[in-house]
Parts: sequence; structure tokens; C-alpha cells
Amino acid sequence: MERALAYRRLVIIGIFLSVGLIFLIRLFYVQILVDKYILSANNNVLRYITQYPARGLIYDRNGKLLVYNEAAYDLMVIPRQAKNVDTMELCRLIGIDKDEYIRRLNKARNYSPYRQSIFEGQITRENYGFLEEKLFRFPGFFVQSRTLRKYTYSIAAHTFGYIGEAGPDVIESDPYYRSGDYIGINGIEKSYEEILRGEKGLKIRVVDVLNRDKGSFQDGKYDTLAYAGTDLYSSMDEELQEYGEKLMAGKKGSIVAIEPATGEILCLVTSPSYDPNLLVGNIRKKNYRNLVFDTVYQPLFNRALMAMYPPGSTFKLVDALVGQQEGVLFPTTTYGCPGGFSIGNGKMVACHSHPSPLNLIGAIQISCNTYFCRVFRSIIDNRIYTSTRQAYEKWRKEVMSFGLGKKLGLDVPGELNGNIPTPTYYDKYHGKDRWRSMTIISLGIGQGEIGITPLQLANLAATISNRGWYHVPHIIRAIGKKDSLNPGFLEKKVSAVNPAYFDIVVEGMADVVTSGTARASKIDSLDFCGKTGTAQNPHGKNHSIFIAFAPKLNSKIAISVVVENAGFGAEWAAPIASLMIEKYLKRTVKRRDLEDRIMNADFIHGLNVNNERGKGGFLPD
Amino acid sequence: MREEKGVFYRIDWIMVILYLALVLMGWLNIYAAVYNDSHQHITDMHQKYGKQMIFIIAALVLAVTIIIIEPKFFSQFAYFLYGFFLVMLIVVIFAGREISGSKSWFAIGGLGIQPAEFAKMATALALAKFLGSIDRNIKNPRQLFTAVMIIVLPALFILLEHDTGSALVFLCFVLVLYRAGLTGYVLLALVAMPVLGVLALIINKFILVAALLVPAVLIYLRTRRHFKHLIIIVSIFLASAGFVFSVHYTVYHILEPHQRQRINVLLGNNNDLKGAGYNVNQSLIAIGSGRFWGKGFLQGTQTKYNFVPEQSTDFIFCTVGEEHGFIGSFIVISLFLGLMIRVVLSADRQRSKFSRMYGYGVASLFFMHFSINVGMALGLLPVIGIPLPFFSYGGSSLWAFTILLFIFIKQDALRYELV
Repeated sequence: MERALAYRRLVIIGIFLSVGLIFLIRLFYVQILVDKYILSANNNVLRYITQYPARGLIYDRNGKLLVYNEAAYDLMVIPRQAKNVDTMELCRLIGIDKDEYIRRLNKARNYSPYRQSIFEGQITRENYGFLEEKLFRFPGFFVQSRTLRKYTYSIAAHTFGYIGEAGPDVIESDPYYRSGDYIGINGIEKSYEEILRGEKGLKIRVVDVLNRDKGSFQDGKYDTLAYAGTDLYSSMDEELQEYGEKLMAGKKGSIVAIEPATGEILCLVTSPSYDPNLLVGNIRKKNYRNLVFDTVYQPLFNRALMAMYPPGSTFKLVDALVGQQEGVLFPTTTYGCPGGFSIGNGKMVACHSHPSPLNLIGAIQISCNTYFCRVFRSIIDNRIYTSTRQAYEKWRKEVMSFGLGKKLGLDVPGELNGNIPTPTYYDKYHGKDRWRSMTIISLGIGQGEIGITPLQLANLAATISNRGWYHVPHIIRAIGKKDSLNPGFLEKKVSAVNPAYFDIVVEGMADVVTSGTARASKIDSLDFCGKTGTAQNPHGKNHSIFIAFAPKLNSKIAISVVVENAGFGAEWAAPIASLMIEKYLKRTVKRRDLEDRIMNADFIHGLNVNNERGKGGFLPD
Repeated sequence: MREEKGVFYRIDWIMVILYLALVLMGWLNIYAAVYNDSHQHITDMHQKYGKQMIFIIAALVLAVTIIIIEPKFFSQFAYFLYGFFLVMLIVVIFAGREISGSKSWFAIGGLGIQPAEFAKMATALALAKFLGSIDRNIKNPRQLFTAVMIIVLPALFILLEHDTGSALVFLCFVLVLYRAGLTGYVLLALVAMPVLGVLALIINKFILVAALLVPAVLIYLRTRRHFKHLIIIVSIFLASAGFVFSVHYTVYHILEPHQRQRINVLLGNNNDLKGAGYNVNQSLIAIGSGRFWGKGFLQGTQTKYNFVPEQSTDFIFCTVGEEHGFIGSFIVISLFLGLMIRVVLSADRQRSKFSRMYGYGVASLFFMHFSINVGMALGLLPVIGIPLPFFSYGGSSLWAFTILLFIFIKQDALRYELV
């Protein structure tokens, strides 16, 4: 009977085979069909450690180190592994409370429970020492070495800019950045980010179940090295920048100096400013908030690029150039000045008392309003054009060929366009074609709707000193190699005015300093040319403006100075420019009295601002 | 002398080679699972793989001893061995050492001996002895009862040691009973019970019982509607209903919390990958990350860096899956299936009924260990800690399975002399 049951061996073998088959199907699913397990396996054992390169250094034009790096440490956390942490001790070491600890951990967990996030960024070397000893008590936490930006001199904060953690929008749009990476947020740090940042490296480490390091993954086959960022050679003259910032202390305004032959920025002073070392490391957030809420000084506002002023009488230089180009003004053209220029309805543009009549040189030297109102009229009312509008458009085009009314393209972000009004603007304001030269006559003396940034003013000075051309101003003269040239700024931009018309204007500017409105600012044994400006504005006292270049031939420096609500151009801006030129060309300043008067003046608080008029002979313009 | 030469001549070398292959692979996998950079030599006696090597040498000595021993020894002493290990199972409850919840170990010198491992072998012998007697009829309820008691008694003692997994293994002897003539419905019931059990846990039990009514009515309508059929159908239905309710009660009121959790993990009711589900999840990660070709010998990261717990014993299959991939797993599974099928086919050619029944016992035990252990590693069964024959680290298990197999090889070699 039992023999008859021999077929049952097949049933039993069938059961064996079915189980084997089920296992193979399951294995096929787990090992081949789905990816989830291999991904989890990598998450289990592989730690991707980013190797952060040192950011590129920044030097000044004389080889002085301006911006460098210092070792710092980021405390990183992998939330999933943060268990049994000695929370009290950790909070004490980095100076936060328990709520903050929980908040940060949650933030990290929201990003990813099993990827690293920065828990506390940019810890200094000293604090790291304390932390390192106790790191074993904080599982899930580890330290990643980073670098901290440091500034040798507490100057030019706006120009350098600062770096900070890349935000979510950046991380999403640019695959280079991961959470916790740093990125240049402003200034050179931003505009040269891709050059300065270098190339990140990656180390893949293997860890065991207790997160202990077990060596490199496949002998480092997939590791990559970090490459340090490229160094930048700035055209900034550290001493000049520092001197300019001292002169501007207590004043709102800016100083921009350019080397005319190259367009290299020599200094880019905006005031009030702040110490760049304030926006470094983990103190950045707190300090940044303080700077943002400082509504009195507005220290984050870069006036050199972002403030727009009516140029005032400095614009008369442009009138003189465009007038000659348009064939309505000659060196010998003479106008009388009856103390002002009547614009009808009994109104007039006033002028100060001066000898009359004047030719072109004299008019620049004395800054006669009447003269340039007439020049402006003759340009706009030129019979060769069929309409005011056509003449205005021609005028506007020629004005803008000096780099006015649009961004120049400086390699520091934030530049403003400025404003040379469009004809459409006047159409809207006065009605279509219902405006004439007399309607917009204030443009002739640089007042009204016209707005120009200090950078553009400096560039205007540079263009005039070059007799009609300029290089786009830039702060970085060389990338990587000290003697190379920044390839972005080699192109020469030429103005619409024939070079032949510049010399007479330069003569006028020379007279401004020797015997004209700015004669109090002249420097012995140095011939420099300038033009004062006094910009009326609705915010109080006139802005004091001065543009200049020196020497008269083969200029080494072109400069613009704006001091807000300070008075006549000759009173404040001109002496500041003159001190700057002296500093740059002679390296030492001998006029201590003048220096003291400027440095002590504090327009923000109204201290030491009443200067003895007449003594130096500050002439209105 | 002529006879002994004959024994080695007639040994089923295929079985021996399968055995040796599995033992060797097991040893290499233990090496891979425990491997770390500071103790690299596979014969290092302070490491598990070094010890396993000693266990293997001892196992080979045992194997040779069994081959040359008096042929009738095991059939004659079957009941004695069975009785001896039953006593040992009781003694270990009082004199044994407790290791991770189970009081199932004797500490002899530095060595831990698990009588339960040997009790399986002794039970296979005793059951074969009982079923091998002439005129034995399994359909006779009294004889069936005795056979079942032979199986249940050691299982009961092992349960008392809190070693649920090992006790569960004794269920495999149903296959032997089936081969001896037990009705095939028992197998059907054994398949139906886990299915019903799982359903009982994931579906509302009242709805499930109501749903069972449908096939009951349908089957009744298709039969000839004898009263006898009605009785049978009603009792099967009542039994199923009772089973459904008792499963629910057992899982939620009788099982220990960790066992309940393991069942919940399997059913997907518990996704706590850090807690109860950790083992199985890590096991699947290790196996799944092996992909088709595996990561290579000693290149497995999950097992080497201790992500998988119990990796050298209960979860040893992870090492195979991770380092040797689908292809390696396929080979190991094939070797096991080959050995089991070879044993079953050999069993059927035995002239001695004792040898035949014993052969089925051997195959069933291998099958049970293999399917529970690998099924657990693959997340198909709840976590039940029993060793994978020849692979899992440990002397008792290796020796017991070696003895188990080689007694059969010996019987098979002498099948023409034994009746």
C-alpha cells in the first residue's frame, strides 16, 4: 500500500520547487526590479563630504592683500543620526537655548533627515577647540572645515560685498550649489563668484552602523579634489580708498576715482559705510540686521552707484562739448549776463555776479548760468532740425555717448541707469510736442529731471581728460595673473563729440582751479582741471559736487566727489577732490589745515560745517 | 574489510559534494559577514570564521565516523537516542544557559551546545523507526496519534525553552506522515491555514467568516446534497470560523509583544523601520543592493559594517545576496533544492522502510530550515530565528545537520544490504 504512494514524492518535490521559485521571484524583484534598496544601502554607508576650496584672494593695485581667508568650521548635523545628544552641553558651547536647538534641528530635518545641514556656521578656530573635545557626545554632529573671509583693511565694504549661505532659489536654479554652500551675495564677491569660488571637491567615505569612519569608498576612485579659487587683482588703491573714506567721515556722499587711460577704478568711496569684517561668519546675520535698520546712516546704500543726483554746473561741460559738435557754439562765442536768464512770465534762472560778457573759457571758469542757458537753447532751437523733438533727440544721443543715462557696466553689482529724460517723458508731462527749449531750459544747467550717478560723473571727467573716449570703469584689473588685463574691459568707447572740441573745455576747467570757482582748491606745482557743481534738490541744502582730473595732459586720475546737502561745490567737494588728487599723485598730503577742516566736518550731525566763506573765496557756481 | 571498501564505493558522492559545497560557501560567507580589517586571516581562532573552521573539521570527523559505524546502529538505537535528547531538552530548561531569551544552551567548556538541534535529528530517527515497522498503518487513529506524539513531544519541550522557531520546525514532519499515507487534505489545510490566518489579521473577522459562507454554500450545492456532505461542509466551515477567531485572539492576546510586532511588520501594519521593522528592512537593503552580480567577495558594505543584525547566524543569507547578487543567491538556492530533491529521490529507492521514512525526515528538516530562514531574510515570513543549514555560524547546528545527512548517506550506501 505504501508503495502505491510513491507518486507523493512528486508532490513533495513540487512543494520544494515552488518555494524555491517564490524565493527567486522575490530575489528578482528585490535585487533587479527595484532601485530603492541600493539607494538605501548607499544612504546607509556612504557619506559624501564636500571639500570646500579656498576662495580666491583679492589684492589692491600695489599688491597689497585686501581680502583673504581664515580657517573656520561649520558644525554639521545629520538629523536622523542625532540621537542621545547631550543637548545642554551643545547649546552651552554654541550659545543657543533649547528652543533654538529644536528649531534648527527641525529645519535641518525638513531639508533632509539623512543629509547634512549646517547647524552652526563658521565657528572660529578658538571656539572649535572647545567643541572638538566634546564632539563624541553629540552623535549625528560633525565638523566640516571651511574658510572665513577676512579683510586686512576695514575699507571698501560695498565694493568687496560679502558671502553667505546659498538660498533655496539659488540651489534650485544652479546645480553647482548645495544647501550649506556659500555664495557671493554682493560686490566683487557676487560679480566674480564663479572665478573666486574655485571648484568643490568630493570625498566619499564609508561609515558603519555607528557612523564610524571606515575609510574611503573604493580607495577614493570617485573622489575629486578641490581647486582653490582664482585670485583677483583689484585696481583699487588701498591708501587712496582709505583716505577717501576718512575724508568722507560724517558726510553722506561718495568719491569715485578712475584712471582715465584704462578705466580702472582707483577708489570707490561711499559714505556712510561699515566695516566689512562685520558681515563675516556667524555674526553676519545679527550685524546685517542692525545695518538694515540703521535708517539714519543707511550704511548699506552704495551711493557711488545707486544714488542719482542732478549734476548741476558740472553738466555745463557737456553743454560746451555738444554745442560745439552741433555747430552752434565756438570758443569765441560771447554772451552777456544781466544777472540771470529770463525764461518768460517774469521768471528767470539767476546767475551770480561776475564780469560780463564772457567767452566759452570764461563761462566755464566762472560757471555762468546765463551763458549755458543760451548754449542749450541754441542747441535745441537749431534750425537744421525740423522740430524741438528732433533736436532734443540728437542732443540726448550725444549726451548719452558720454556714458550718462544708462548703466556703464561696472563689475560691481547695483549700478543705476541714471536719467536723461526721453522725449516721451516730456510729452507726457507737457502734452505731445507742447514743449520747447524754454520748457526744459533747466537741463542746460544740469538741473531738473536729469539724474547722474557719481560713477557716471567720474567717467565723464575721465572721458574729457581723454579728449573723447573712455574704457568701461572696472575694479578688477587682472584675473589670476597679476600682469594680465581683465578681458571684459578692453574696448574703447568713443563719445559722439569730435576730439578737437575738448581742448577748449579742458582750458576752461584748468582756469576753474587756477582762477575760477574752485581756486581755493588748487595744488601747488600740480595742474589739475575741474568743474564745480551745486545741485539743487528737494531734500534740503544743495549737494556739493566736483569733478576733476589731473594732470592736464596724460591724466593719471579722474575723480568725482559728491557731498550731500553740504552747499556749494567749491566749498566741500572741490577741496576733497583736490586732497584726493594730491594724495594719489604725491602720496602725501601737505595741506593739514584743509584736511582737518574736511575730516572734522560732520553734516549728518551738523558739526563743524560753518566754514568761513570769503576767506578761501568759495564762489557760487 | 571488503564490505567497508564497498561502503565508500557506494556512497552517493553527489550528495556529499553538495554538502561540501554548502559547508564551504557557508564558511566563506561567515568570514565575509564578520570580516574586518584588523583580523584578516580566515583561520584566526578568535574570530567566528576561525571557530567555524574547527566546527567544520569536527563535522567532517563526525561524518566519516558515521559512515564507518555499524550499519544497524541508528535504526536499533533510534528510540534510545530520541529518549536521550528528550531528557536533555528537559534538563536544559533547568541547567541550561539563557541566551537572548531562550534557555536552550548547555555550556560545555567554552562551547555552547543546543540539544534542540540534535533533537530534530533524533525525532527524524524515531519517527522513521516507528513508521518503518511492518504492518504500520497511519490511517489507524491510535497509530497516527503515537506518530504525532513522537513529533509533538520534543516540540513542546522546546517551546518551554522559549525557542518558538525551533519548535515550529517540527511541523515539517507532516511531510513524512503524508508520504507514509496521511491524507493530502492535511497539506491543503496547512496551506489554507496561513492564508486564512493572514486574512484574519487584515480583514474584519466577521466579514471574513461571512465570506467563508459563500464557498461553503456553493460547494454544498454542487455536491449531491447528502446529509453526510452537509455535516462535513458545516464542520469544515465551523472549524475555519473557529480558526479565524482563534488566530485573532492568539496574535493579540497570547503572543508576546515582540512576536506580535514581527507579524505586524510582515503584514505591513508596522512601518517602524528603526524599531521592529529594522532587521527585515536592513536585510532587504543588503540583499537588494547586491543587484545581479553582487558587490563581490568581502565587498558587501551592509553586512560588513553591521547594518544587518545577526548577520552571521539568522541573517547569513544577506551576505550571499549582497556580495554575490542574484546569481549567487540563485546558486545557493539551487544547491539547497538539489540536495533536498536528491535526498527525496534517494529515499524512494530505499528497500528499507526505515531508511525511506528517515530520508523524508531529512529532506523535510532541510526544507523547513531553508524556507523559514530565507523567507525571513527576504521579508516573506515573520522574523523567526532558526539557522540556515551549513551557512549559519554555530557548532550545534552544523554538527546536527551533518549527522542528520550522513546517517542517510550511510543508509543509502547500504540500501541493498538493509531491508
